[in-house]
Amino acid sequence: MSIHFLFPKPAFSAGNNDQKDQDGDVDMFVRAQRDNFESKVVTPGQVITADTQYMRGHGTYLNEEESSHISSVAGVVERVNKLITVRPLHTRYTGNIGDLVIGRITEVTNKRWKVDINSRQDAVLLLSAINLPGGVQRRKTEADELQMRKFFAEGDLLAAEFQGSFNDGSTSLHTRNLKYGKLRNGSLIVVPPALVQRCKTHFHTLSCGVDVTLGLNGYIWVSKHSSKNLDELDPEAIYSNDNEPVDRSTRETIARVCNCINALSRHFMCITDTIIAYAYEASLKYPVKDLLKLEAMEFVTTEVRHKLSVVRSIY
Amino acid sequence: MSRQELIGPQGLRQDGRRANELRKIKCKPSVLSQADGSAYIEQGNTKCLAAVYGPRETRQKAQLIHNKANINVEISLAPFSMPQERKKRSKSDRRLLEIASAVKQTFEPIIMTSLFARSQIDIYLQILQFDGGTIQICINAATLALIDAGIPMQEYVCACSAGCHENHTLLDLNNAEEMADTPELTVALLPMSGKLTLLQMDSRLHVDKLEPVMNLAALGCKEIYQTLDETVREYVKDLFQKSSPY
Repeated sequence: MSIHFLFPKPAFSAGNNDQKDQDGDVDMFVRAQRDNFESKVVTPGQVITADTQYMRGHGTYLNEEESSHISSVAGVVERVNKLITVRPLHTRYTGNIGDLVIGRITEVTNKRWKVDINSRQDAVLLLSAINLPGGVQRRKTEADELQMRKFFAEGDLLAAEFQGSFNDGSTSLHTRNLKYGKLRNGSLIVVPPALVQRCKTHFHTLSCGVDVTLGLNGYIWVSKHSSKNLDELDPEAIYSNDNEPVDRSTRETIARVCNCINALSRHFMCITDTIIAYAYEASLKYPVKDLLKLEAMEFVTTEVRHKLSVVRSIY
Repeated sequence: MSRQELIGPQGLRQDGRRANELRKIKCKPSVLSQADGSAYIEQGNTKCLAAVYGPRETRQKAQLIHNKANINVEISLAPFSMPQERKKRSKSDRRLLEIASAVKQTFEPIIMTSLFARSQIDIYLQILQFDGGTIQICINAATLALIDAGIPMQEYVCACSAGCHENHTLLDLNNAEEMADTPELTVALLPMSGKLTLLQMDSRLHVDKLEPVMNLAALGCKEIYQTLDETVREYVKDLFQKSSPY
């Protein structure tokens, strides 16, 4: 009796047998799963895929023979239909139109200000892009040009909206809205830009009585709650440099919120208003300055994670 | 004059390594919170700290290049780094400037500078403890820091030194071996494509010995690449696990 060995047949043939539907389209999801590079960790110089059907996005480049996609940063591969990008860990802010950013004036020049927004280049704020006191839209005269420092001087912090970018990569901002403009009565904290998620509004009021402005460029402004309605704002005072008096308990709350945000950013957790609220509650166990210690930060972040998983399991 | 024995009868060097063994490498990315990217690397007893800032606005208008980023490298040797005596070396010390310029030229074709016109990438390297192999550790530390900063590069740049002593080719020379008049060749390599970006030697070497020394250094570079890559991968995996929202 002879024994025959039957080897198992391969599940799919290794050839390029994409299932094409009637329009000749290929299901990219199935294909990417088969090619198996989605959500893969890559490092510079590593080949992502040798399939030239894909388009290359940020963080990738084609090698010399144009035969394979190679990653140029260390990160995770992301795929949207036929576009491959690699998202790196830390990167400077790259703007999108309509983003709220917080910036600091670095230079006052001819009819414009240069603003540092934690990006590859300083952004430009044109004189024609701000609201002049008096509220009424009037032509910018030479007197305005000579008095630019009356509006914004070097070192001022402001909230602005990203307007667009020029050809050479420099970006422009505008503050043509009463909620943007000079920031007062608070404290700035800097986090990696990737941690700030885009949401409907970036001006939040926490239950503990402070306002938090989340700039998408990683600059976060925590300030005393301003209860004034926007319409009641004195138009002459929008460029004033005086802080209102802030009492001790508000200052402590602002400091506590800042330390909580710092703890979240050290552990690379994303920052939204609910997460800040959870962290604030968890941090009440410690005095404010102890929140700078590692154990306190660990405690706060594990509490937040726990709460988030509880919330998630409800849904 | 007594010749120091750099390699003994059993083939062991003064620190116990064989001729083709690298020193132990320890590296850690993202050690500084203020910098965009940073790294700390130890090769044997030589320790180096690298910080990368950028791409950011050019501070001096004169250095602005309209279609590329300007790369600026500064190397400093800590006063406590040498075992002999505490001597403060100024930043414009000629040897350090030369090494800085070598590092800058090594990275210029590798970093994709055309993506960041008119901006500046600053690389600051500080040697905390010196035991030979300055250029190689500076390049390795700068590579790791640039990757941590998320600056796009074609690939890793790994550097290694090698020398030749009495017909033995030695890999990764430490300070004692460098001081003993061995010719030292430093090679910086792109490990995936195998291309050389830096080849530097200050002493005299017989032309017949050039190829074996260069090949040994290239092998050393590939080993270093494995270590650096492993570190980066672990770090990226860890961060992405932490940053996933829930």
